[in-house]
Amino acid sequence: MTGMSDAVRPYAEGYKDFESALACGAPPWLTALRREALARFTSGGFPGEREEDWKYTSTRSLQQRAFIPALAASSAAAVAIEPARLRETPACTLVFVDGRHAPALSTAESTINGLHVNTLAAALTHDAARLESYLVPEPGWSADPFIALNTAFLRDGVVIEVDAGIRLAQPLQLLFVSTRQAHPLACHPRILVRLGAGAHGVLVETYLGLEGAANLTNSHTQIALEDGACLEHLRLQRESPEGFHVGRVHVTQQHASRYLSNNLDLGGLWVRNDLHARLQAAEATAVFNGLYVVNAHRHVDNHTRIDHLAPHTRSDELYRGIVGGGRAVFNGKVVVAKHAIKTDASQSNDNLLLSRQAEIDTKPELEIYADDVKCSHGATIGQLDEQALFYLRSRGLDPETARGLLIGAFAVTVLDRISVPELRVFARRQLSHALASQVVIELS
Amino acid sequence: MLSIKNLHARVAGKDILKGLDLEVQAGETHAIMGPNGSGKSTLAHILAGREGYEITHGSVTYLGMELLTMAPEERAREGMFLAFQYPVEIPGVNNVYLLKAAYNAIRKHRGEEQLDAVDFLALVKAKMQLMEMDASLLSRAVNEGFSGGEKKRNEILQMLVLEPKLALLDETDSGLDIDALKVVASGINRLRSPERAVVMVTHYQRLLDYIEPDFVHVLAGGRILKSGDKSLAVELERRGYDWVLAEAAA
Ligand SMILES: Nc1ncnc2c1ncn2[C@@H]1O[C@H](COP(=O)(O)OP(=O)(O)O)[C@@H](O)[C@H]1O
Ligand SMILES: [Mg+2]
Repeated sequence: MTGMSDAVRPYAEGYKDFESALACGAPPWLTALRREALARFTSGGFPGEREEDWKYTSTRSLQQRAFIPALAASSAAAVAIEPARLRETPACTLVFVDGRHAPALSTAESTINGLHVNTLAAALTHDAARLESYLVPEPGWSADPFIALNTAFLRDGVVIEVDAGIRLAQPLQLLFVSTRQAHPLACHPRILVRLGAGAHGVLVETYLGLEGAANLTNSHTQIALEDGACLEHLRLQRESPEGFHVGRVHVTQQHASRYLSNNLDLGGLWVRNDLHARLQAAEATAVFNGLYVVNAHRHVDNHTRIDHLAPHTRSDELYRGIVGGGRAVFNGKVVVAKHAIKTDASQSNDNLLLSRQAEIDTKPELEIYADDVKCSHGATIGQLDEQALFYLRSRGLDPETARGLLIGAFAVTVLDRISVPELRVFARRQLSHALASQVVIELS
Repeated sequence: MLSIKNLHARVAGKDILKGLDLEVQAGETHAIMGPNGSGKSTLAHILAGREGYEITHGSVTYLGMELLTMAPEERAREGMFLAFQYPVEIPGVNNVYLLKAAYNAIRKHRGEEQLDAVDFLALVKAKMQLMEMDASLLSRAVNEGFSGGEKKRNEILQMLVLEPKLALLDETDSGLDIDALKVVASGINRLRSPERAVVMVTHYQRLLDYIEPDFVHVLAGGRILKSGDKSLAVELERRGYDWVLAEAAA
């Protein structure tokens, strides 16, 4: 292992422990997959600021932590995770603590017809061969060092399959809990979601950091939507103020499929999300709704990308940021391929800058190689409307309440785009709860 | 109730008010008239506590308190209400939510109990009927997409709900057709009582046909140049403002 940088060495060392701790009997292809991914990661190392995609986000603080792999199962108190649970009856809830499935905190297996939910660990034990094609990195996405890292330490996560034509009314919830550890851990959950033709589903993916948790969560979600399938996805990131979070969500969409992403970043010390949808066949639609709340010395970076690869595809993206400190980064790329005529793409990123100490870097990017398309994009950075503040105060509201009301109103525009009502209620509750300690916020 | 003495104020380096005096007692209704740009809205904003005005001279007392040192919300809680010439649109903030928050903030200040949601809604709906407003405006965002007339009605609705001691109405009549004007005027008349005072800024005599003022003042050149009873308004309507300016200059 010569030539390896100091930053990756702990992961290479950790991998040895990880591999020997795994129960024997992993199929050879899986071991090869992990080792190959580790080699890719250790030779490429962490991304540097010279890379365009990492211009505003330094991985230095992450490199300094030397997270170790989570080998033993950890535990969390049921009461501690209650606030992040979907109160409305979910079809099922799978809870993971520091990357490992926690059956005691999860609901019983779903018995809903046409819905198959398994932990990745169970699927790898019983049904590994079937997963091979899903786990092998897709072309174009294999270069990502965090996906390589996730693949090297592949162990647990979730496999969700919905049969063709099945319409699920109730949401599924995945809850990843990060706990306080003497030596911070790196957890690499992998989530595979496949919806058959015409299937409908609602998925809530929640990351919750408990007090003092300073771990790295490096998750990778792969979603495949067949013809006419429809998925609403709420991804809620509530890591602790010391937590590191890397999230990759990759979506491939077939004809007339619809993917609605609601991405809420409410926590974390250092956060980098990449959300990428590929509209591979005509009439596919992707809607990206995002909200990030950044304060203190936190760093939250959202990169999104939508590839319009077929004619008559649509995308609609709205990301909003409330930035009272630290640094927020938004980069939204929309690519329209040569033959993707009649593409309709709109994107906007609006930011509320609440402090002179805060920094916002926003960069919308449009790459259009087709004629006859309708594309728009825009980015704004603004402050609270002084006239509105005065109006509210002139009605007797104190300045904190008035500010909170206006901040809440700014945020709610995004949450109102959530289509499943119970998810909207959940998201609003999460927002006001998570913000209570950061800024006074009122949702009218 | 309100006593303004020798008030001088500037905005963006420009002197707007240049020695304004005004006395308002409980139970009185005053009309302030004057040419465009004479400083009527500036006066209303200063009284309500808006930032951005530099007070270079003078004093204002309200109910015995030094008004100019009070925060806007304190003034509101002490019973002052400004109906804005241009009510602000606030996307995402629910109209009835604001009304309830305002109502309860004022009651809390007075040491009174908060009204629960059901009772409050009943109260608001009754006042809305008086203002002939569609109930759907309640669940909309504050003034967002409201027509000019709806915004003005919404201001008066807020006033009726909050029951201020001193109501400042800045051109509440402008942009209203005659039917709407009657509705708004009856709303304002409803509030008049021996304990309250109303100061309305207006361009037109026609509002005064429905709300009879006790005093009419002409604000021009940054001062109250002339005061009189309602007959002054009739004369201003007929002769314009030039003669008042000429009289003051003489
Ligand atoms: N924020 C401001 N900056 C600069 N000038 C202002 C500002 N507000 C008011 N003014 C000026 O002050 C004067 C009085 O305005 P205003 O009080 O709105 O008059 P009125 O309500 O009597 O029509 C006008 O000349 C206006 O241009
Ligand atoms: Mg005016």
